[in-house]
Amino acid sequence: MSFLSNIFARRQQSSSVAKDRLQILLAHERGAGEAGESDLIRQLHKEIMEVIARHVAVDQDKVQIKVDRGSGCSMLEIDVEVPQELSGKRGS
Amino acid sequence: MAKVLVVTSGKGGVGKTTSTAALGAALAQSGQNVVVVDFDVGLRNLDLVMGAERRVVFDLINVVQGDARLSQALIRDKRCETLSILPASQTRDKDALTSEGVARVMDELREKFDWVICDSPAGIERGAQLAMYHADMAVIVTNPEVSSVRDSDRIIGLLDSKTQKAEQGEKVEKHLLLTRYDPARAARKEMLSVEDVLEILSIPLLGIVPESEDVLKSSNVGAPVTLTAPTSLPARAYFEAARRLSGEKLEVSVPVEKRGFFDWLFKRDA
Repeated sequence: MSFLSNIFARRQQSSSVAKDRLQILLAHERGAGEAGESDLIRQLHKEIMEVIARHVAVDQDKVQIKVDRGSGCSMLEIDVEVPQELSGKRGS
Repeated sequence: MAKVLVVTSGKGGVGKTTSTAALGAALAQSGQNVVVVDFDVGLRNLDLVMGAERRVVFDLINVVQGDARLSQALIRDKRCETLSILPASQTRDKDALTSEGVARVMDELREKFDWVICDSPAGIERGAQLAMYHADMAVIVTNPEVSSVRDSDRIIGLLDSKTQKAEQGEKVEKHLLLTRYDPARAARKEMLSVEDVLEILSIPLLGIVPESEDVLKSSNVGAPVTLTAPTSLPARAYFEAARRLSGEKLEVSVPVEKRGFFDWLFKRDA
């Protein structure tokens, strides 16, 4: 909790921050290169938002959808951040 | 059967020219006939890095335009007789390179050499696309740094769409060469690790070239690091990369200096 440990913790993470930023950015840029794929992502994003909005109030920005290009297969990753108080209520 | 290899990256300053020279010299030392071709018209530097800057008479554009024969423009390396360089033009602009002319020169080079290594200019414009168009294989030079990784991703996209192979429905064989790597900083999580970059770009790893004083020392004196300092860490990484390009299956390791206590420390990390 000290000043020193804060600095230490932040420093340790800079490469993982870089990796996360790159993965999000490249997911968008790769989509932009192939029109079909980006349309798919936009559509998925819209429909997933609709389904979630029926049950929970979630911010547009808290839903991340990305496609990872792999050598053998591609992976669709959907990341939804649910407000804390709400997830707590449901759990109990 | 000659192989055409493009050394590319998108971003400038990551080590394309250095790597072209080092890989070219490494392959040539194994007895294969190698030519390194500078596609960076207007900003040629491969001649300088290889110490041939005062021997340039004719260049790639002269040959493309038919003003000189290929044999007149090729410069044979003085230290390694199986290594030649085809310099770029320093004065004319890159529109002077026509696709037909480049295709003709590449065909001629394929007949004469085992390896044709094309040093791409930075960027994704015409010059870079001409350099990659005829490639069978590509070495994507990347630094463990966000802007370099992003640009490499862009270049991979171009290799999959704007090359002759791609147009014929085939694939250019792609290899990642990670340069200026600092294993200690990566271990402290201050730098993207080999695994991080591989996960993001998902192409096979050709080699890891550590950040090293020997690279600058070599370009200072105008020689590929694989000729001036063949036992140095970067040279060893380039020699191994060259063997992998020739089809040998060698495991890629993070190159570290073998000495005493530090050796022991690093081994535990690796």
